[in-house]
Amino acid sequence: MLRYTVRRLIQLVVVVLVLSLLVFAWLRALPGGPASALLGDRGTEESRAALSAQLGLDQPIFIQYFKFLGRAITGNFGNSTGVQPGDPVVDIFLQRFPATLELSAFAIVLAVIAGIPLGYLAAKRRGGWFDNLSVGASLIGVAVPVFFLAFLLKYLLSTKFGILPSFGRQDGAIEATRVTGFFVLDGILTQEWDAAWDAFRHLVLPAIALATIPFAVIFRITRAAVLEVLNEDYVRTAESKGLLGSVIRRRHVLRNAMLPVVTTIGLQVGALLAGAVLTEKVFAFSGVGEALALGFERRDYPLLQMFIMVAAIVYVLVNLLVDLSYALIDPRIRAR
Amino acid sequence: MIGLTGVAALALSACAQSERGSDSGSGKVGGTLTFGAAGAPKLFDPFYAVDGETFRVARQMFDGLTTFKPGTAEPEGQLAEKWSSSSDGLTWTFNLRKGVKFHDGTEFNAAAVCANFDRWYNQKGAGQSDAVSQYYSDNFGAFAGQAKTSLYKSCAAKDANTAEVVLTSSTSKFPDILGLPAFSMQSPTALKQYDADNVVAEGDSFKFPAYATDHPTGTGPFKFSKYDKANNTVELVRNDDYWGEKTKLDKLVFRIIPDETARKQALQSGDIDGFDFPNAADWESLKKAGFNVQIRPAFNVLYLGIDQKNNPKLQDLKVRQALAYGINRDQLVKSQLPEGAKVASQFIPETVGGYAKDVTEYKYDADKAKALLAEAGASDLTLKFYWPSEVTRPYMPNPKDIFGAISADLQKIGVKFEVTTKPWNGGYLTDVDQHIPDLFLLGWTGDTGSADNWIGTFFGNPENRFNTASSPWGATLAADLKKADAEPDRDKRYKLYEDINKKIMGEYLPAIPISHSPPALVVKSNIKGIVPSPLTDERFATASIG
Repeated sequence: MLRYTVRRLIQLVVVVLVLSLLVFAWLRALPGGPASALLGDRGTEESRAALSAQLGLDQPIFIQYFKFLGRAITGNFGNSTGVQPGDPVVDIFLQRFPATLELSAFAIVLAVIAGIPLGYLAAKRRGGWFDNLSVGASLIGVAVPVFFLAFLLKYLLSTKFGILPSFGRQDGAIEATRVTGFFVLDGILTQEWDAAWDAFRHLVLPAIALATIPFAVIFRITRAAVLEVLNEDYVRTAESKGLLGSVIRRRHVLRNAMLPVVTTIGLQVGALLAGAVLTEKVFAFSGVGEALALGFERRDYPLLQMFIMVAAIVYVLVNLLVDLSYALIDPRIRAR
Repeated sequence: MIGLTGVAALALSACAQSERGSDSGSGKVGGTLTFGAAGAPKLFDPFYAVDGETFRVARQMFDGLTTFKPGTAEPEGQLAEKWSSSSDGLTWTFNLRKGVKFHDGTEFNAAAVCANFDRWYNQKGAGQSDAVSQYYSDNFGAFAGQAKTSLYKSCAAKDANTAEVVLTSSTSKFPDILGLPAFSMQSPTALKQYDADNVVAEGDSFKFPAYATDHPTGTGPFKFSKYDKANNTVELVRNDDYWGEKTKLDKLVFRIIPDETARKQALQSGDIDGFDFPNAADWESLKKAGFNVQIRPAFNVLYLGIDQKNNPKLQDLKVRQALAYGINRDQLVKSQLPEGAKVASQFIPETVGGYAKDVTEYKYDADKAKALLAEAGASDLTLKFYWPSEVTRPYMPNPKDIFGAISADLQKIGVKFEVTTKPWNGGYLTDVDQHIPDLFLLGWTGDTGSADNWIGTFFGNPENRFNTASSPWGATLAADLKKADAEPDRDKRYKLYEDINKKIMGEYLPAIPISHSPPALVVKSNIKGIVPSPLTDERFATASIG
């Protein structure tokens, strides 16, 4: 188990190094370039050349890369040029990461508490109206694009009925104390209940939008897995030896069906990062995803460089966690 | 992950305490105006800025020696009550308003004025970079110790309330540019205290000092309160010691909502009170829904750029005129541009001094265009036509459609194209500057009402995007523009610019002006007192919530 973990961590370092080189080279291969992005409309050929020389952008790419690596090792990934110009990108990441984590956590919890029980119920009543209805709903969940769903949710719940706020993480007029950067948590910790409640209200719509796809996927996988397990011999044996229905469900059906579901949840956490780019942008939810979307739009090279790498690291780490959690669920893996 | 967060939360709860004052809550006396912004301000020291998002916030906190009459591009006094210049246009005397204080209590006087001029002139290192202080480089030319001559020579405090600024040459830009946010008056004490000039080039970006990020200090009607980055919110509060009429608002809040649809929905759901540059396609529906769409006077120009460098046929005036006759600009303005847009007869709008009433006009005439092409032996013309993606500009709300209309018109007169599209900041601007296209779409939004800011920017140097140096008149035009800019007498100067505009349209035609197109801002119907400005120079201090 330990050796396995260490090997995976070494893999991670290699992945990050290769990726940093790829991202660095890829960004610089894009037409335009950092000098053009910094100077914008009013730049001229001369001013771009002068700026490139000043910042060392005219040097060969591998020299630029090693300089970048040298700074990166000391934790200096440069300053944003387009999203929050002038701020160190590391600070931007640290400041925005809690937003994304808060949103993703909320979304995945929504997806799990809705997806697993519904999937289980649908499997138990296979072919019934409930099954058909929820399978149909999950199909729509997968098929409808996030931005359209977001638009619809906002139109109904904000514009039309004014129940929930349409964008942002908190009302600008609320004097909230910042502690962790998780706004709901901050409000609870500081007992600023109005701030916590307001932040929670801001979470609802983006979380629903973000949770749709993971919900649909988790629901379908749970349903399929439960159906499969229900047909297993050991379930029939358990039934025939007269075990209580609740015991069969808990100990035999759910537990065995959970393995593929957990894998799926892990993969969905990774996919959430991709979903967050769209959702956060549409809801002006100032998280990592929004910064990535804007960074690309505004050609914010330092920011993209760091954010893409971190996103990759998180993805790899989450998958590592999923693999490790197999061991906890499946005793056969633990024994190995 | 969630478990970890919980543990961290428990650990933190011991030290987490509300920082609210005892009288917390949002004071509702004059209310809070919340405005949706498309991007984060780069910083709060406008001297180091070129972007509209930064300037919009800075305008509310800072005053200049001069400003612009609301709703126009005409200069008027602000911190200078009046001014006069010597007959050679070199020495400018500013009589300053008395009893004005900066937000930090520092007195505003002639010494403070000179401290600001000297600060601009004496930028060092990264502070001189075009990416940092572009407005200064563009308008003053050079910094202390550089080989080029700076427009600025010296500043002296004649007495506490009289500042005398000496220039090295006469220019029509002065004093208009002193009303630009970049040249706002900032507190010398705060500038020093927070190390304002300490800009550092770091990797492929710049790092700005504490003054620019946290302590902007001006004399304006609003004071900086905070920039809550975690919630993308900039908050300004009323300056109760303002020298002029104090604002009725308690707070002015800018919320950053990068997505255009999200801004619109935020307005519709009442989460914000207004936002800038609503899409022209939405103007009607916003008006119908009861919002106040305020259309600004059009102060920009869209042109079809012609680069003479690679195709010698384009050096023939007849060919360029054929292109002008071949574009149905009336139709284009009607079908592609918002309400209030006009066909451009020349490169400046009517409100800029030097606008010529009787220039050569190019009414749509496809037959004449074909005839001109035949005459020039260019009936089989093939041109590289570039248009930009990933961009909208007030003068160019929909580059793709505008390109479509122009290229369809020109194909009708027999011109063929090799079409290329590139992202605005992803190769388009650089390719245009490297003379790769023959035809390209570009435009300009004016900073001031001086013609030099327009045609001087386009053609003042023969080595320009149009490569007018390829034509014999390129150098003449540049020299004439310099001469006009240096003429201190206003009426004479306007006459010179009128003549230049006539020549540009009649004899040179280095590019084809297409249109002037008005941008808008939209606010809720109960927000009164915002005067739409051609320079997007809206001051929210005059706003009230009804």
